Amino acid sequence: MKRVSQYVALVAYVVFLAFPLLWLLSTALKTPQEMALTEPTWIPREPTLANFTDAFGEQDLVGAAARSLVVALFASVITVVISLPASYAMARYRGLVNKIAIGWVLVSQVFPFILIIIPLFMILRDLDLVNTLPGLVVVHVTFTLPFALWMLQGYVRAVPPELEEAASVDGASRLRSIVSVVAPLLAPGVVATLLFSFISSWNEFMFALVILQDPDVMTLPLTLVRFTGPEGVARLGPLAAASLMATIPSLIFFAIIQRRLKSGLMAGAVKG
Amino acid sequence: MTATETRAAPPRRSRARRRGPSRKTREMWLLMLPAMVPVLLFSMGPLLYGIGLAFTDARNTRVHQTEFVGLENFTALLADDEFWSSFRIGAIWSVSVTVLQFVAALGLALLLNEKLRGRAVARVLSVVPWAMPPVVIGLMWKLVYHPDAGILNDLLGTHVNWLADFSLALPAIIVVGVWAGMPQTTVVLLAGLQNVPKELYEAGEMDGAGSWRRFWSITLPQLRPVIVAITSLDFVWNINQFGLVYVLTQGGPGGRTRLPMLFAYEEAFRYRMAGYASMLGLAMAIVVLAVLGLYLWRQMREAR
Repeated sequence: MKRVSQYVALVAYVVFLAFPLLWLLSTALKTPQEMALTEPTWIPREPTLANFTDAFGEQDLVGAAARSLVVALFASVITVVISLPASYAMARYRGLVNKIAIGWVLVSQVFPFILIIIPLFMILRDLDLVNTLPGLVVVHVTFTLPFALWMLQGYVRAVPPELEEAASVDGASRLRSIVSVVAPLLAPGVVATLLFSFISSWNEFMFALVILQDPDVMTLPLTLVRFTGPEGVARLGPLAAASLMATIPSLIFFAIIQRRLKSGLMAGAVKG
Repeated sequence: MTATETRAAPPRRSRARRRGPSRKTREMWLLMLPAMVPVLLFSMGPLLYGIGLAFTDARNTRVHQTEFVGLENFTALLADDEFWSSFRIGAIWSVSVTVLQFVAALGLALLLNEKLRGRAVARVLSVVPWAMPPVVIGLMWKLVYHPDAGILNDLLGTHVNWLADFSLALPAIIVVGVWAGMPQTTVVLLAGLQNVPKELYEAGEMDGAGSWRRFWSITLPQLRPVIVAITSLDFVWNINQFGLVYVLTQGGPGGRTRLPMLFAYEEAFRYRMAGYASMLGLAMAIVVLAVLGLYLWRQMREAR
């Protein structure tokens, strides 16, 4: 009896979690004619990929995806490059700085974005960075940094300091021991942080909305939202298709990170 | 450095001792510098600037002489009916989403912690909303709620324009909020559940405690720190929510889903009242800190 009710509950959860996803998929595969039917259908009668090609045909969407890609690439690489040394410092010299950094991560969660975005907008306007992609890169780097630092310093901490000491006993310089001993072991952590920063930037909407007001420079999330005008049902198919494609990078990220997180690299390093 | 040099030379050993940490400290600051510059310039700086703006009549335009006005924005805020209506909506939204998220996530985490068939499917599904861009979540639910092409009206046999209905729009977006925020909460609670020592349950069973009893007197007290942490975070995230609701309703119909952050966004970027919007943000920050402080203080007192 208990088991039965547990299964009923589990099925209810699965339905609640899955049905909007299935509906998105179903909408993406429908023809405009089928979309206009008064009785919506779950399974498309004539499944079509036309919506995906239509979405690719929209100049706006392709350009926006390209801009999102550029912004996310720059933002993630810059984030990792500047947070690597800082995360090393945080992990190796614990103390006041570490506490301040953690405190800032928490504070930046509590304060509403509006308090930061208004002055930030004014600063970027004075630097002529409003409506530019570099402006958005700067903002994305700044707001991904706290969490990227947090992630990376965890990975640094997992590299035993004894390994560095062993290298310096063998006559390696400080820098040399970091480059040839710590860096390879950090690779999985760097990849994970890079992906995380990439996804944060790729998905980000709020700052982009404020900073990019010119349709010619809008990123993918903004263009997707603009796509849902009052034009009616006809454009829902391509919209659903584009939304699905916009989700692919995040899905890849989650697939990778699940394997990466449990890699047994460390155990081998310490034993060897 | 210069100070030590002008002074009479101290004994050698203490000098060497003092030099060690100072070199280390210098090294640390040097390593921290590249990360600190953007945070100071584009995050901490603007935050302080924003708090300052709250006490001015700043306009979001290039040609405006900004003046200090003291608490004028604050008194205007207190007298603004639209603000209070937005505040009320924000309170309903953040409390109900946080509570529903927690209850739903706890139920799911408990189920996933049991050895049930098909839980792998549920486990993967429970992470998917996490992996989706918030904008896509909003658009997807717009398709579900769509009055003509949406599935919900078909399932329920209704003809409702969910997101444009004065009384249904807020509950409709609350459902989306719960859907979108459940994964993090579930994952955190599940991790907490797996850390509850098995011996406690065995002891409980020996004492003849039923499963309900074991839940109340073992699971919940053991999970307490995790629950407090995740509900606090959820509350902060929910009250500061913007993107999801912006995509779904833009605050409509008639402001019925205009959360405080949407209100502030409109004030700042549509009406260009930068000072007023900053005060709104500051007031919300104070409210959030007060609620969190009270909640954490009560939880800590009870835990003792």
